[in-house]
Amino acid sequence: MSATESPSAMAVPGIAGARIGVLTFPGTLDDRDAARAVRLAGAEAVSLWHADESLQDVDAVVLPGGFSYGDYLRAGAISRFAPAMTAVVDAAKGGMPVLGICNGFQVLTEAHLLPGSMVKNDHLHFVCREQSLIVENARTAWTNEFRRGQQITIPLKNQDGQFVADERTLDELEGEGRVVFRYDGWNPNGSRRDIAGITNDRGNVVGLMPHPEHAVEPGFGPAAAEGPRAGVDGLTFFTSVLSSLVHA
Amino acid sequence: MGRVVVEVMPKPEILDPQGKAVVGALPRLGFTQFSGVRQGKRFELEVDGEVTPEILAAAQEAAATLLSNPVIEDVVSVTDASAEVTA
Repeated sequence: MSATESPSAMAVPGIAGARIGVLTFPGTLDDRDAARAVRLAGAEAVSLWHADESLQDVDAVVLPGGFSYGDYLRAGAISRFAPAMTAVVDAAKGGMPVLGICNGFQVLTEAHLLPGSMVKNDHLHFVCREQSLIVENARTAWTNEFRRGQQITIPLKNQDGQFVADERTLDELEGEGRVVFRYDGWNPNGSRRDIAGITNDRGNVVGLMPHPEHAVEPGFGPAAAEGPRAGVDGLTFFTSVLSSLVHA
Repeated sequence: MGRVVVEVMPKPEILDPQGKAVVGALPRLGFTQFSGVRQGKRFELEVDGEVTPEILAAAQEAAATLLSNPVIEDVVSVTDASAEVTA
């Protein structure tokens, strides 16, 4: 572990033994950033390959962003059938924390771990910006160190980011408190009811379009009150899951 | 050689941003007759022998489980198009 990473590791004592898998598909882009976020939160990052059936006894799994299988057919549609995804679906149904970021969120919907789907942004353009979000649910495995109603800023970058579902599903998500994040200020892709992220009924599976793994270290994150590139709101996702593992 | 054609369209209630972009571009080329466009997908599934009822049933299952996502898309047709191949 490098000198720059050790202070964060010390900040979350007693959970250095946690192992968090980061699943790589052909075309995944953000697996290294996700692994780095895991290490900065104080856990061990375990690289998982889509063609492997074993999850190597990890305690949680991150499905990172990118363009798995080139988004062929539909974003996330082919990845869903990867051998590793069978193990992820089984583990998620058993309660293991799973976080899907961007393309990982798309994979989770195609795998039916989360409802709804993502279609092309309503304005058709690729979007890359520092996105303000409101935390709507601070009880999930990945958000328990946030406060409900808290405003956070993390990067957003996608082309197929418009969350859609039928009205009945949307009403269910709202009624059961399963909307985890809502876009704040501006809806960047036409998502129904400004939804940026959702969870399953158990709260162990969370998917969102914006990228927490890109806002985990001062100097490399979005602008914040502390200064330019100082934003580290994304780190709380990864420290939250460590807390949930400790208290599980 | 046989062929099954599967056609998939975005659900009517889902805004189709690609179709919207196409309908916006048509008048620029002078095509002012068209008030709406929806863009879908056509899959051609090839088989070595002829298209039996079992193969057609398998194509229907593939259309519902992989070729379309029922949250956002409808399978509008699964047809034996072998005649197109030999013609």
